[in-house]
Amino acid sequence: MRIVVDLNRCQGYAQCAFLAPDVFTMHGDEALLYNPYADDTQRENVARAVAACPVQAIMAEGLDVDGVDGLSARTVTTGVR
Amino acid sequence: MTQGSMLRKITDYANRADPYPVYAELRKTPVLHDEEGPYIVSTYWEIHGLLHDPRLSSDARNLGPQAVENLADEEDPALPPAFLRLDPPEHDRLRRLAMTPFGPPHTPRRIHAMRGELSRIIGELVDEFADRDRIDLVDDFSYPFPVTVICRLLGVPREDEPRFHHWAETLAASLDPDPDEDAAERRRVTQQARSELGLYLAELIEERRRAPGDDMLSALAAGHGPEGQMTQAELLSTAALLLVAGHETTVNLITNGMLTLLRNPDVLKQLRERPHLAVPLVEELLRYEPPVQLLPQRTPLADIDIAGVTIPKGASVWLVLASGNRDPQRFMEPDRFDPRRKDNQHLGFGSGIHSCFGAPLARLEAQLALTELARRLDNPRLLADPPEYRRNAVLRGPRHLPVAFDGLRGRDA
Amino acid sequence: MSGNGSLEALRRSGRIVIVGASLAGLRAAEALREEGFTGSLTLIGDEPHEPYDRPPLSKQVLLGKADADRTALPRHRELDAEWRLGVAATGLDMTARRVRLADGTEVPYDRLMITTGVRARPWPHPLEAELDGVFVLRTRQDAVALNRRLTAVPRRVLVIGAGFTGSEIASACRELGLEVTVAERGPAPLVGALGGVVAQVAADLQRAHGVDLRCGVMVTGLEGDSAGRLRRAHLSDGTTLDVDVAVVSLGATRNTEWLAGSGLGAGPRGIACDAGCRAFDIRGIVTDDIFVAGDVARSPHPLFNYQFLSLEHWGNAVAQAETAAHNMINASADRRPHVWVPAFWSSQFGVSIKSVGVPSLGDEVLIAQGSLAEHRFTGVYGYQGRVIAAVTFDQTKWLEHYQGLIETAAPFPPPGTTVDRRAEGLRPVPADFPDPSLPTHGPTVTLSGYSPTDRRITFTPARA
Repeated sequence: MRIVVDLNRCQGYAQCAFLAPDVFTMHGDEALLYNPYADDTQRENVARAVAACPVQAIMAEGLDVDGVDGLSARTVTTGVR
Repeated sequence: MTQGSMLRKITDYANRADPYPVYAELRKTPVLHDEEGPYIVSTYWEIHGLLHDPRLSSDARNLGPQAVENLADEEDPALPPAFLRLDPPEHDRLRRLAMTPFGPPHTPRRIHAMRGELSRIIGELVDEFADRDRIDLVDDFSYPFPVTVICRLLGVPREDEPRFHHWAETLAASLDPDPDEDAAERRRVTQQARSELGLYLAELIEERRRAPGDDMLSALAAGHGPEGQMTQAELLSTAALLLVAGHETTVNLITNGMLTLLRNPDVLKQLRERPHLAVPLVEELLRYEPPVQLLPQRTPLADIDIAGVTIPKGASVWLVLASGNRDPQRFMEPDRFDPRRKDNQHLGFGSGIHSCFGAPLARLEAQLALTELARRLDNPRLLADPPEYRRNAVLRGPRHLPVAFDGLRGRDA
Repeated sequence: MSGNGSLEALRRSGRIVIVGASLAGLRAAEALREEGFTGSLTLIGDEPHEPYDRPPLSKQVLLGKADADRTALPRHRELDAEWRLGVAATGLDMTARRVRLADGTEVPYDRLMITTGVRARPWPHPLEAELDGVFVLRTRQDAVALNRRLTAVPRRVLVIGAGFTGSEIASACRELGLEVTVAERGPAPLVGALGGVVAQVAADLQRAHGVDLRCGVMVTGLEGDSAGRLRRAHLSDGTTLDVDVAVVSLGATRNTEWLAGSGLGAGPRGIACDAGCRAFDIRGIVTDDIFVAGDVARSPHPLFNYQFLSLEHWGNAVAQAETAAHNMINASADRRPHVWVPAFWSSQFGVSIKSVGVPSLGDEVLIAQGSLAEHRFTGVYGYQGRVIAAVTFDQTKWLEHYQGLIETAAPFPPPGTTVDRRAEGLRPVPADFPDPSLPTHGPTVTLSGYSPTDRRITFTPARA
């Protein structure tokens, strides 16, 4: 699955790095490094990360509205303030 | 409506079961204040702005002489304020040190790796419900679960729970700005709980120094991080904060969650069928029924102009997170519980530098617990609605949640 | 033809062509569909790949934590578009409304969106640039090639230019354990973007992480062996370095050459457009069928004295694409100005650097929070007595407060104190930019509102 993080929004809360540590890692205290491509075994973890992001900066393709199942074509999108 | 009466309405126990109409009234005046007492901030953008405003201090020593009257705890050299009650740079340093054995960047997998253990603890607690047709969700599940987890994480013996339970509850209650209570008496009781908890933790830390385990207290006591070590007093304050915050809040999150699910049986059914719904559902829960309702302990270092009001330096400021979460200026249909809500940038864990330290753990605990309760309890229903609430207006949640059910589904269905 | 009728026809069955299939082009296409455009949509891109994200290329990808071939941008929605990838646009006929492509075909349009972005500025000596071991880093292919060479553990890497990309490359090299020299003609890394005071911290960071940082020097020549492999670099201070990799990080060039002679107001500084993203022609008359977004655009910003800003910022590309797309298919009364407050980030040497506003306009800087020596601080830039920008090093959570001060043209230095105010934060100091912009007295503009639809510009005449 494809992932992109709007790092203008990111404030380094690190929730994603806790919940999906194979995809998101903190480089120092606040800088986020992430893999823009995660394989399907990471789907559930990525869904947790997307939902937990306090600034809703993470966009992952192919997550349905329930966050994980990916059964429908709908995509979780980041909120636009 | 004068502020005195609004303040009283927030703390009035009669409004504990449903404080939201009071908050709706509060929001008519985003920053409410009269002659004395705190400035009460109740609208989303104002709260959000203040949580990111570097002129707003979390350190009670910056309160003006008038506001300090309301202060529950006093200077205590043995147990100084924990990072929750400090400003940068001390806050940042202590929080980084506490984070070192807890999460990224140094220990990124600790919480992730606990998922199996969390599920096992949940499974064991629910297994105990076999042969019963009713439980008190609080005493039988929502309290023992996070207590067991925080004990394992910190390295506090689970069997000591009867000892620290009372101290933790007293300290949690000290956050409650109840104007009806005898302030002096409360200070005395709080002070005593603090020093007893401090003594207990000091003993425990000494033990962990002698025989370190893979727990957080051992790691914090050893202090191998890049920034060195906490002082003994800082260590005790941090340990006390983590122990108290680690379960006094999660118990409410889980209980509020089950209560909300039982009031919304269609959502409960959906969760049973699609366990992954728990992930966005818990976010919505943090918006809809946040376990920490308000932050009563901030004060400006300089006058702050906001929403047409000047909050003067040294005044006491309350940020009513739970009200901001129901602000119709920010959330569509804010009083509707919608687990599929988009754009859910709630204030359930606060925001800014003091945002909840244990948030990832609390999220996982609530997601796993609610999923399992939904899956295994057959036809669960409330025996009392509203249930009996705890006194505390800040850490709000039911004291008991009696639930009846028809039976228990298998563990590995 | 009635205005409303033609707009309706455009939205229903018009032909929109987007030249430039990267971040801005993709987001513009998505925004058009999101806004109900049901006509034909064509995306033209010179790279053979579908739109991908570039920021990871100088960070995760160099560190081996992400695969250069797997940085494609996630999609918000189905596009139902025709993709012409791997074929560059070579010309524009504004009268006939056609885009010419490198393969000789022409694509007609009713509305054109130009998002052709920038490319890395190459090493100025073509023969030296051809040497094996000389790289730039802009595209996925650049990253694959550089990554392969770094994996082979070169003796020493030379980074030419210490802007953000150069600094990030140096950071990645150090993390990989490689010897790195950074050559910067200015007095410190990032000095053009953040000024001398803050740039000194960037220099400290580089040196603390083992970078051989050389400022105030230029690379005068790159020398290869008989096989055409890079061997040596010559510096303006007379020294010579043995290197087998050089990464040229001298900024970017706007991709506007294909518009030469078209009559559109395009040149080396980008394509000028109005606040509504409509391109100007060479006569200075605004077009109504050609829109511009992203790195290639230059647009006047009300918060910054209506200067034409061209921003190589990820967030600007997204925001401007969305505004341009909206305006392209809406009547003039429903159009929105592009009033995005400039913001960027960089992560290097384990530090998150973020900025809002335009620091280079600042004449003074106040270290409002934290301390330069600790490498954790918030710097606030002042211009003509108001807050114009802010930068944070590992203090991101405070930044939005300062963005609010910029948007409301708050006085500088901001009155009152803050948490974590140190002795160095008691008064502003000169920001120390190499080329201080000439001060002009002008009116003040502020922003209000939280969502794109309710953002408002308030104009206050010049102060007496």
